[in-house]
Amino acid sequence: MEAFLDYSAWACLGLGSFLVLVAGLGLIRLPDFYTRVHGAGVTDTLAAASILVGLMLQSDAPLVIIKLICIALFLGLTSPTAGHALVKAAWLRGLEPWTRERAAEGVEGEEVTPS
Amino acid sequence: MFAMATAALLVCMGLCLVRAVCGPTVFDRVLAVNSFGTKTVLLIAVLGFLTGRPDFLDLALVYALMNFIGTIAVMKFTRFGDLAGMEEEGG
Repeated sequence: MEAFLDYSAWACLGLGSFLVLVAGLGLIRLPDFYTRVHGAGVTDTLAAASILVGLMLQSDAPLVIIKLICIALFLGLTSPTAGHALVKAAWLRGLEPWTRERAAEGVEGEEVTPS
Repeated sequence: MFAMATAALLVCMGLCLVRAVCGPTVFDRVLAVNSFGTKTVLLIAVLGFLTGRPDFLDLALVYALMNFIGTIAVMKFTRFGDLAGMEEEGG
């Protein structure tokens, strides 16, 4: 039982670390703001959940587990909400998405028309 | 295994900082700072387990609350110019 918990925690923390690294890479490598929100926001939620589940498997005090569940619930609620608010603010502000055609025409996807 | 997760989180936080410094638009910077905050919450939680002091989870909880409120406040500020003037622009 002990070994099973250890292996499960290893798997969860490994998955979480991998997803965190993917989020960081996506934040650096992707071409414009909307794709970066996708790269960072989508992986963020699962990475947070799996790291916190891995920590839950390693703890034995009930209060610690309750706190971890609170953090996981809160992150799961707020991370997508913040991403949605960000994208909506950028869209209302007139930030154009990056496409291959516009990139081929030499139009940068980064320009914001001042409102 | 906690050390591995800590290292991954630190690397990702460094990448977030790079994006926050050289992000072309303000939204990129806010996204990077928001992602940085989420990673900070996870880092505090993992560090608490790494050093054998799970009391750090309280700090992580408080930081998660602050991070969300901060992001929404900054977004509202960049959209409307101040934190209370929503009515004039048809909010």
